[in-house]
Amino acid sequence: MFALTEKNRSIAQLLLNTGTCPRCVFRFCCVGLEASYRHPYKDLLRELHEFLEYNKEKEDRFCCEIADPPCKRIRLENMGEGAEDLNQNGALQQTPVADDVNVAMANSTLKVCNVCLGILQEFCETDFVKKVCQKVNSAEYQFTSFVFSVSLPPQLSVREHAAWLLVKEEMGKQGLSLAKEDIVQLKETYKWIIHPLFSEELGVPADGKSLFEVSVVFAHPETDEDCHFLARVCPDCFKPAKNKQSVFTRMAIIKALDKIKEEDFREHFPCPPSSPKNICAALEIQCTNGAIFVAGRYNKYSRNLPQTPWIIDGERKLESSVEELISEHLMTAFKADSFNFSSSGREDVDVRTLGSGRPFAIELVNPHRIHFTAMEMKELQQKINNSSDKIKVRDLQLVTREAIGHMKEGEEEKTKTYSALIWTDKAIQKEDIALLDDMKELKIDQKTPLRVLHRRPLAVRSRVIHTMKSEYIDDHHFRLHLKTQAGTYIKEFVHGDFGRTKPNIGFLLKRTADILELDVESVDVDWPPTLND
Amino acid sequence: MAAAVTPGVTERYFTRWYKPDVKGNLCEDHCILQHSNRICVITLAEAHPLLQNGKTIKSINYQISANCSRLQNKVSGKSKRGAQFLTELAPLCRISCSDGEEYTIYSCIRGRLMEVNENILDNPAILQEKPSTEGYIAVVLPKFEESKTITQGLLTPKEYEEVLLKRFNSTS
Ligand SMILES: [Zn+2]
Repeated sequence: MFALTEKNRSIAQLLLNTGTCPRCVFRFCCVGLEASYRHPYKDLLRELHEFLEYNKEKEDRFCCEIADPPCKRIRLENMGEGAEDLNQNGALQQTPVADDVNVAMANSTLKVCNVCLGILQEFCETDFVKKVCQKVNSAEYQFTSFVFSVSLPPQLSVREHAAWLLVKEEMGKQGLSLAKEDIVQLKETYKWIIHPLFSEELGVPADGKSLFEVSVVFAHPETDEDCHFLARVCPDCFKPAKNKQSVFTRMAIIKALDKIKEEDFREHFPCPPSSPKNICAALEIQCTNGAIFVAGRYNKYSRNLPQTPWIIDGERKLESSVEELISEHLMTAFKADSFNFSSSGREDVDVRTLGSGRPFAIELVNPHRIHFTAMEMKELQQKINNSSDKIKVRDLQLVTREAIGHMKEGEEEKTKTYSALIWTDKAIQKEDIALLDDMKELKIDQKTPLRVLHRRPLAVRSRVIHTMKSEYIDDHHFRLHLKTQAGTYIKEFVHGDFGRTKPNIGFLLKRTADILELDVESVDVDWPPTLND
Repeated sequence: MAAAVTPGVTERYFTRWYKPDVKGNLCEDHCILQHSNRICVITLAEAHPLLQNGKTIKSINYQISANCSRLQNKVSGKSKRGAQFLTELAPLCRISCSDGEEYTIYSCIRGRLMEVNENILDNPAILQEKPSTEGYIAVVLPKFEESKTITQGLLTPKEYEEVLLKRFNSTS
């Protein structure tokens, strides 16, 4: 049962004497059995004192601890009640020794560990677990597992290093050595202990791949200055970084500890590390759920509605947008913090999107609700559609992050069909525009349109107008149905953009042409899958 | 006199600004079309001598000095690296006519040169046929923070009309 053996005795004694907690003692004695750390703290402390302070003559017994676990547990539980019980057990023979243990225990129970600063002490207790779980439960997240992440104060690495030097020195006296990477890591140990406790309290398993993350940030202001000497000794490890508040990052400290000579370290930092007054503080307890992705297709029926919020010089030009009309309902339903909208191409504010609509996907960041049935998704779609006549959504569904790639895949190769209302300066006859119908796979060269040149690189792009079908309206108006390669700027193909798109409709008809209205008739992307209504 | 004003694209998205008698040369008026996105298109104003009846353009030259050609202007990336910087009085090109006259066209606004119109090299006639669309001279991108101030010294269409009227009255 008890994890230490005789060969650990001197190290355990040394660490305990210098103010190190039993779990940290185990770590430096390379105890790899997870269960050993999970025993209640008081039991571990008692067992450690027992191991060290008496039965020294019974070395063999400790070597084969594991043979007798339940018996030991009972013995310990009864310990406080009376010495006669202990005698019954047969393991303990002298009551005065038991008193010694109690006195020693009382001294070290409250002591804050000089290596873990309380992480493997109070922060492994159910009180703390309950406090964290209360916070988790009050946030009303839907989750089926969790991953626990912990951020420890960086100075713990310095203290760990000091303790390691101490232990290494002691082992050296016995002709033994201890590699730093053989010490069981504090974070790992902490998770061994805390995972089962969280799991029980939350009622779901711990899973390293879980999308639901519970994170705790620990700080220990009292010892924040522990690492400062490193910057003086190894200045090149601590370069100020733009996005970091302090140069004392975990990585920088580990790098410096790796580099620093033992004598330099010992000169600046006590080995063993001094005992602190206070335990760490849990600064932040946060929950985040992995993003959820929703996809669908939208129609846009308004010529006054931009796809995304239209803001110039910090001022809103139009009150709404396609992305907002869809996302506000999703944000409410999924109780998300924020969203990211993406789509297969986009249309201008004055362009309608008809037909089966344009594929879109929305990432919902940190959603509290994540489980939706197909029926509930359909209801959500209905809710969006009932709330505005400017847009309509179909095929609304939950998708994976990976699937969104299909929406952008081969965007260049896809075709789009449009309907344009065109005006000409000189009068037209049906015959004048019929020539457009005969043009197949017309290759055009488009310079980046002037209207987007301020934010896009200047380039000449080759595009193909696959087919055109003209519909005569009157002397100066006709409708043109076009099937084009995706990425073609239709407005510029019609009016020519100062002759920067060549050829253009004006050029082909030998007159000035202008576009009055444009509709997207279809976006030929077969994702997301069509749903039956 | 002036070419018929074409409605449509130019009027919908661009604001017209005029600079009369550029560099003190009588009637050599320029017209700057500024898009709502701050991009400026430099064109000839209707009253410019080059657009008057009987003028024939012989050649257009973007080589404005021994070591500076506007044709060598290349911009790259979203930020348009490598653009030539233009001040108000930076020459864009020189246009010579069959009557022996030569005219210099100036930027009129501060900004970075995006492109010059190479189409008018092969077909100078479009400069005269469609001066405010296909016959433009150059495209200039003013600095974001100067996009409002660069047109301060220029005339609105209404103010320009008054200049034209005065000019007409003094010559007749
Ligand atoms: Zn500890």
